[in-house]
Amino acid sequence: MSKIIEGLKYSESHEWVKVEGGVAVVGVTDFAQKEMGDITYVDMPDVDDEVTAGEEFGALESVKAASDLISPVSGKVVEVNEALDDTPELVNEDAFENWIIKVEMSDPSELDALMDAAAYKEHIGE
Amino acid sequence: MKYYDKLVFELSQKGRVGYSLPVNRFPAAPELPNELKREVSPDLPEISEPDVVRHYTNLSQMNFGVDTGFYPLGSCTMKYNPKVNEEVAALPGFTGLHPLMHAGLTKGALKVYQEMDKALAAITGMAAFTFDPCAGAHGELTGLMVMRQYHMNRGDLARTKVIVPDSAHGTNPASAAVCGLEIVEVKSLENGRVDVEALKPLLDGTIAGMMMTNPNTLGLFETQIKEITELVHAAGGLMYYDGANMNPLMGVVRPGDMGFDIMHLNLHKTFSTPHGGGGPGSGPVGVAAHLVDCLPDLRVSGFHGNFGVILRAYAYILMLGKQNLKKVGQYSVLSANYIKECLKDAYKLPIEGVCKHEFVFDGLINDGAHDEVHGATTLDVAKRLLDFGFHAPTIYFPLLFHQALMIEPTETESKETIDAFIDVMHKIAAEAAEDPRILQDAPHGAPIKRPDETAAARNPILKFKDAR
Amino acid sequence: MAGFTYFPHTDADIRAMLDRIGAGKVEDLYADVPKEFLKKGPYALPDAMSEGEVREWLGALADMNPRMKVFVGAGAYDHYTPSVIPYITSRSEFLTAYTPYQCEISQGTLRYIFEYQSMVCELTGMDISNASLYDGPTAAAEAMKMAVACTKKKTRVLLSKGLLPHVIAVVETYAKFHGVEIGCVPMVDGQTSLDALKSELAKGDVAGAIVPEINRFGIVEDHAGFADALHEAKALLVEYCDPSTLAVIKSPAEWGADIAVGDGQSLGIPLCYGGPYVGFMGVKKDYMRKMPGRIVGQTTDKDGKRAFVLTLQAREQHIKREKATSNICSNESLMALWVTVYLSLMGPEGLKEVNRISCDGAHYLKDELLKTGQFEDPFPGKPFLKEFVLKPKKFPGLLQRDLEKAGFFAALETEEGYVSFCVTEKRTKAEIDELVKIVKEG
Repeated sequence: MSKIIEGLKYSESHEWVKVEGGVAVVGVTDFAQKEMGDITYVDMPDVDDEVTAGEEFGALESVKAASDLISPVSGKVVEVNEALDDTPELVNEDAFENWIIKVEMSDPSELDALMDAAAYKEHIGE
Repeated sequence: MKYYDKLVFELSQKGRVGYSLPVNRFPAAPELPNELKREVSPDLPEISEPDVVRHYTNLSQMNFGVDTGFYPLGSCTMKYNPKVNEEVAALPGFTGLHPLMHAGLTKGALKVYQEMDKALAAITGMAAFTFDPCAGAHGELTGLMVMRQYHMNRGDLARTKVIVPDSAHGTNPASAAVCGLEIVEVKSLENGRVDVEALKPLLDGTIAGMMMTNPNTLGLFETQIKEITELVHAAGGLMYYDGANMNPLMGVVRPGDMGFDIMHLNLHKTFSTPHGGGGPGSGPVGVAAHLVDCLPDLRVSGFHGNFGVILRAYAYILMLGKQNLKKVGQYSVLSANYIKECLKDAYKLPIEGVCKHEFVFDGLINDGAHDEVHGATTLDVAKRLLDFGFHAPTIYFPLLFHQALMIEPTETESKETIDAFIDVMHKIAAEAAEDPRILQDAPHGAPIKRPDETAAARNPILKFKDAR
Repeated sequence: MAGFTYFPHTDADIRAMLDRIGAGKVEDLYADVPKEFLKKGPYALPDAMSEGEVREWLGALADMNPRMKVFVGAGAYDHYTPSVIPYITSRSEFLTAYTPYQCEISQGTLRYIFEYQSMVCELTGMDISNASLYDGPTAAAEAMKMAVACTKKKTRVLLSKGLLPHVIAVVETYAKFHGVEIGCVPMVDGQTSLDALKSELAKGDVAGAIVPEINRFGIVEDHAGFADALHEAKALLVEYCDPSTLAVIKSPAEWGADIAVGDGQSLGIPLCYGGPYVGFMGVKKDYMRKMPGRIVGQTTDKDGKRAFVLTLQAREQHIKREKATSNICSNESLMALWVTVYLSLMGPEGLKEVNRISCDGAHYLKDELLKTGQFEDPFPGKPFLKEFVLKPKKFPGLLQRDLEKAGFFAALETEEGYVSFCVTEKRTKAEIDELVKIVKEG
């Protein structure tokens, strides 16, 4: 069983969003990190890059696979989790604790299109 | 195989010399200005000749080649590499040729290209070949450039998409992307062939063409190829033939006759030149008559391609001649079907029926999983094979199956070798059913056990100095 | 007909295998192929030859190519090949192996590639090398694509007019189809112009510039200020270099390059009419994940033994598929071994000596040719190593013809009407004196 946290928003491509005022904290779910296996690299955007909801903003890499990260919201990247540069395995250790980027949302109404914990649980069939 | 742990840098002692150069009989040239001189001398090893020879001989003994044993690596056509090829490619009359010499000084080399052009045209049904590409993927890229050039020449700039089946070699979509084409994927049917009904709605004025390999990566002949080529042509697109799977068609079917307009061949697969641990290869591109005009402008490598590889393939074609060509295709198909039939009682065969030069199993029928014990995977089967003196098949490709195990025996293996392989594959299946951990711990007898690939990717050590 | 040496099948084997499959004859295995596509009639190929006949015929073709004393470089150099190299590279275990996918039985290949990567890093001064590319020009093309991929939203790459023509031609071909615009940086006084580079950069949109350490006139270029100008414009400096000469001239890293590329042919690989050669690429650590091609890394096995594997594979085409920025798979692995053995034998001192003899020989030839009074020096005082150009007073074609008659391949004409010469350590003083004598008498 994968861990799912109540109160977060979830995307179909397995990213989670935690809303802190106008800023969206974005990471990948526990389900996603399990599917990937040992993560060897997290490809992240630069601060000040623009991201768009539904479009890729980076990637997760394991030894034999690469998976795009899809942004659940649009806006400007205000912070990236630099700890992941040297220790990508943090995502494996705790996918919810170790966020990937923080985005200053340009259109918070995009959050409405995301799933809540219950819907996500159904989405992954657990 | 024994483990040998040295790196060449660890043999170095200052002052040792491994070279023999002539005495310098010229007056000293003026020194380079200081600002152009290298500041820090490169830290290359200093070793005597005997130690260099011993080092690389020891390294070679940790390697497995076609000359070592059976190499059923699907999609790679690891056939025997004839030794006469090596001998003729080393003739000084060829190796001493400078690539910028004009035709008057290179008559023999040009004759090789002309004869190869004729021979490959005869074998494939294409009109003309360029020999510039240095590998299969390089050939794909060049062939796609021909495709785009053809449409550009006609002023049809809207054709920017190429159709690629979901079973395609990974290079197909990558080559298309490098060539500036957008990829449209077409699904396969349950029987492993391209879904013609799914193809039809994709065909419009934005399609530059379609890439296919036939037989496809499952080793299955695309039985609806005629309909596919007609549909693509009717929509104004061109058909590209990925020649990686040409071996079973040698002497039996010609891509040109099936309606393909552009194709590449892998001389290091189908035409017996050695793969060299990952090249040099050669990927000549053939085109139908209406595309010959598109070839000359495409400069994709420095000079004339990998001439040394082309020479080897020419020697092979001369040895085969028209008498033996057909046997290449037939025997490769015979061996593949024989292995498939003998092993399908122990390995899952997802698609029944006759295959061509290769086929794909989807893992073990009984992987030995029970209670707390995980079952043996395709990776485990592959690693266990190494203990028995066989190279592993291609694994986890094509992506259509989760436990793909792709076996290609080629026409140069004897029935005894193939039977020995079949016996070992049965033995491994029995071991898996008994105790999958035997497979999971394999290999047991190779120079190293399974390495930590995750650590290698997380903390890359990519040169000698990184490790110190 | 008698059996054929590469096919082990006896009639009894074929029968037994067909019986197991449940087929009557081998042709039945093609029953799924539409009949109209089965080739009817014989193939238009020659009759099969015996091994002796193949040897005779190819020997005759080789003999049709006259043996020349090579005084031309222009991207392919007639350096000396130690006997050890072909001996090692023809060992079956190296020669007949595939790409090292099964690392446990490919440690030989993986170790020499790791050594090769280490040596490329030493010569270029760069942080990371890949396992090889096809040749120098395609390596430059890969660098062009990489520059675009590393610099966001920039679509133009500059090429120095000092690059060899075949390098420019290949990069332009790749650029045309990849959707990259090519700009050019002219030469001023025999050297890529920094002022011209700066004014191109001022136009914006430049992802990088490819410049030669030694240009097509043989002149060793001064690239002081190049890296600063490019980096200020957030563009990459790509140095195209002849690796043999890097033992003595400033390394790409010393010029501040982001990417170093070139052809490893000058490291003891025979001319062989242009291939197989080996392209190399070294990059700064920041660009590791954008680098094309395979990379070998060091790790340990389950027992803690040092082991080598293909690594960072998520960059590659078999994972990235349509997102890949390079499609290279097979490279020139055996030629990388060739170069690795060469550098193991030569060491830093051998490589410096190769440069010393070649450079002294080239200066001697140039001085002697100028003394004949039949040439002008278009770039007096410019530093060069083994290659130089002169402006002949005579029609270049006539000069070449006279030299060719005497067995010299020399005086290659450039687009400016200069003729270029190259001297390696294989050229003797006697050969040079003879060449000069022919020029004098011609």
